[in-house]
Amino acid sequence: MILDVARFAAAERPYWDELSATLEKLDGDPERRMLLAEVERLHYLYERASADLSRMDTFATFAIAPGLRAYLESLVSRAYMEIHETRAPVRIRWKQVALAFPRAFRRHLPAFALSLGITLLGCGMGWFALRQDPRSKAVLMPFPGLTGSPAERVAKEEQAQHDRYQGVKASFAAQLMTHNIQVTVMALAFGITFGVGTVILLFYNGVILGAVATDYIVAGQGVFLAGWLLPHGSIEIPAILLGGQAGLVLAGALIGWGDQTSRSRRLRAVARDLLAIVAGAAALLVWAGMVESFISQYHQPVIPYAVKIAFGLCELTALTFFLGWAGRE
Amino acid sequence: MSFAEKPGGRKSALVIETPEGVTFSYELATPFLRMLAWAVDAAAIAAASDAVGTVFREMGKLSSDWANGIAAVSFFVIQIGYGMALEWRWRGQTLGKRIFGLRVVDAQGLRLEFSQIALRNLLRLVDLLPALYLVGGIAAFASRNAQRLGDFAANTIVARERAGRLPNLERIAPARYNSLAAYPHLAARLRSRANAEAVAILTRALELRDGYDPTARVALYAELADYFRSLVEFPAAALEGLTDEQYLRGALRVIYGTARA
Repeated sequence: MILDVARFAAAERPYWDELSATLEKLDGDPERRMLLAEVERLHYLYERASADLSRMDTFATFAIAPGLRAYLESLVSRAYMEIHETRAPVRIRWKQVALAFPRAFRRHLPAFALSLGITLLGCGMGWFALRQDPRSKAVLMPFPGLTGSPAERVAKEEQAQHDRYQGVKASFAAQLMTHNIQVTVMALAFGITFGVGTVILLFYNGVILGAVATDYIVAGQGVFLAGWLLPHGSIEIPAILLGGQAGLVLAGALIGWGDQTSRSRRLRAVARDLLAIVAGAAALLVWAGMVESFISQYHQPVIPYAVKIAFGLCELTALTFFLGWAGRE
Repeated sequence: MSFAEKPGGRKSALVIETPEGVTFSYELATPFLRMLAWAVDAAAIAAASDAVGTVFREMGKLSSDWANGIAAVSFFVIQIGYGMALEWRWRGQTLGKRIFGLRVVDAQGLRLEFSQIALRNLLRLVDLLPALYLVGGIAAFASRNAQRLGDFAANTIVARERAGRLPNLERIAPARYNSLAAYPHLAARLRSRANAEAVAILTRALELRDGYDPTARVALYAELADYFRSLVEFPAAALEGLTDEQYLRGALRVIYGTARA
């Protein structure tokens, strides 16, 4: 039996057009919630188009009307997306968006602990390397501002007569924000290397941090170090650890130890949490960039160390409470 | 769900079977097409960054520090956010993908989620390494589903869009007296023997009639007419006085089942 394609298309076209128009409307407004009657109608039109596609295949008419089959196929595939969507639609409620971050963080606490552990291991390595061979400083801290003697730097900073950052504070803050966000996103993205890239990045960051801390503490400049690092570091360092947490969660979903579900299901299950963690970390880094540029670079006597240290500790406490308790049910 | 496979081992299409037992497929985009789309997107990002730069140069007259700072953040946001914003707004398409008829779709055929779009765009940072999408390109070539690392993590594929349609028979083969339709049994035989590819070529050849060089058109229509005549032999009375072009128009109407004698 051969289908009369033109008659078939003429009879069914009003339904296809209606389905196409409904899908266009949904395309144009993804947030729109359909009424029950509209959902029922969409379902009916989808089933009708599916049956038409099936009829074309059964009667092999696609052999002479490939364009029509492709059209129907595209209609059915688009309608399928809408009908079989089981995940809740993303509706932007700012409170929920803000709370998604700490909730996602708490859901993956072991990954954060691992991220922190790797960084601390790196810190230990930095400390060990600098203690064993002080000449390794240039390799461990390849930044011009850190290669000199800490005591000399502190004396220079405290006796500075003019503001070195006058007229460049905003652009310096922007530079810090974009660089640190990029590092955090890289920590997530390297999770795709089964976590190897994320581990290397976290460890390397830890080595630098450990070496810098050792250098200043050994030189008796621990208070300066705390006053310099805490205001921005109390936010910046946890933010990078959060990026590492996201990378390790991604790696965990890829590897799937002891998890019988398919890899695509595991990846799908963590996608929202990864986004929430990285977006939250990026927001924290915007703040950290501003603080580093506008506060951290000013030392005693401009801003007393005690004030800077207290400010940093307050930030760390607030962040701990936010991540630990915000949105708890 | 399954993938149609190319002889080389890479799949050419994602085939999805619905609970209703109907199957449909997405044709996978080739890495080459994706590269072209990316080139367009890179140009769009450069143009947007240039426009932003011009605005902030003007703003620099008020405060160069703040202008530079906001410009740096804007460039960063454009680079990271371009793909996310457009793929979300245009349901899986950027400017480049629109031009080349590509679309990001969920690997299970479901609706694309924002988290998937964000993830595949964030992982672009790794796909871009060390330069010019080398990692992403190698991953796409090596992957059976032509997925770069970002697609793999986000559970997405990039498919070619197919805009199927019925040919406009009234324009390319107007309803006039059709001598072939006077023999319904032969018309039915022609319809059942006609090869899909040949019908598509015939339809296209008639649609583009006025665009051809007259000599080339005559040669092309003669070749096509020979093929269709070889499928079914109509009586001489049906073919008398018919040029190749007239024969082809009559055959097309017969194939689509709309012809009346």
